Amino acid sequence: MSRIDLREKVLNENDRIAGELRERFARKNALVLNFISSPGAGKTALLEQTLRWFPKKLKAATLTGDIETENDAERIAPYGFPVKQITTGGACHLDARMVERGLDELGADEYDVLFIENIGNLVCPSSFDLGEEAKIVLLSVTEGDDKPFKYPSTFVRADLLIINKIDLAPYVDFDMMKARKAARKVNPNIEILELSCKTGDGIKEWVHWIQKKVHLKRKAIAS
Amino acid sequence: MHELSLATSIIETIRGESRKRPESRIVKVGLRIGELAGIDPNALEFSFDILIKDTDLAPLEVEMERMPRRHLCPTCSREFIVDDYETDCPDCGDPRTTLISGDELEIAWLEVEES
Repeated sequence: MSRIDLREKVLNENDRIAGELRERFARKNALVLNFISSPGAGKTALLEQTLRWFPKKLKAATLTGDIETENDAERIAPYGFPVKQITTGGACHLDARMVERGLDELGADEYDVLFIENIGNLVCPSSFDLGEEAKIVLLSVTEGDDKPFKYPSTFVRADLLIINKIDLAPYVDFDMMKARKAARKVNPNIEILELSCKTGDGIKEWVHWIQKKVHLKRKAIAS
Repeated sequence: MHELSLATSIIETIRGESRKRPESRIVKVGLRIGELAGIDPNALEFSFDILIKDTDLAPLEVEMERMPRRHLCPTCSREFIVDDYETDCPDCGDPRTTLISGDELEIAWLEVEES
């Protein structure tokens, strides 16, 4: 009997494709954001608001993942930016190959910001690199303020936490300070924004966050 | 939730390794699963058992090692296990420590028997 050291990552193939995607995005100088949340936290609503108020000088594109239906793409299409629905037919997450295929089908090749709306799920999507620059986790106040402790794998890897539906906070006993503390404890580097897609509160700050990211990216490339 | 597809991909790798060694039989596989990998070891083992049952790979034993979250301090180079999300360096207190393991999902080793 002998033992052979292998040390092979199970998601090797995904990571390889994600690496290729990252190079492809870098060549375009595109900012790519991967949105992760539970079902119903408001990812599509946030994209609607984002595209509605998107800076005129920038171009956006969206890939939106769902297990079934094209509903999300239909909601996003009226805002005038290219969008492609990725229907996984059962898979609980997007992987790099689905994004690669989605990009080919998107048709548009010029965008400054690419939004990827992952499948509604706070566990599985966190393991799959999609070649993005930042992972953004959405948490709606109706889900409770202890979510970061319940789903650490997603919160640890996220760059930004967006707390959505803040207009409902008084009705559902959501403690904002507690939620912010929990997120920072799980991930001390996480940035946090609060907003409501319903009332529009905080959307300006969020669009500004995107602009700042694009600006920093361009500055880094220029120097 | 995607443990079944992960088990499928692990088995593909094992098959590949098995083809490289026609003279031996793989009897045991060692997996390392980080606590942040979002993987349920029981579900993975269950999927694995179903997939290899009644195939030429059976019997095949699986050993899973759970890897704790470990951080490294950039100031004093101390490596430590993160307990209860306490990520500040226990020696010098630097809060800028970085994750060095605990999110992995890998096939660590194979045990083979000459046939």
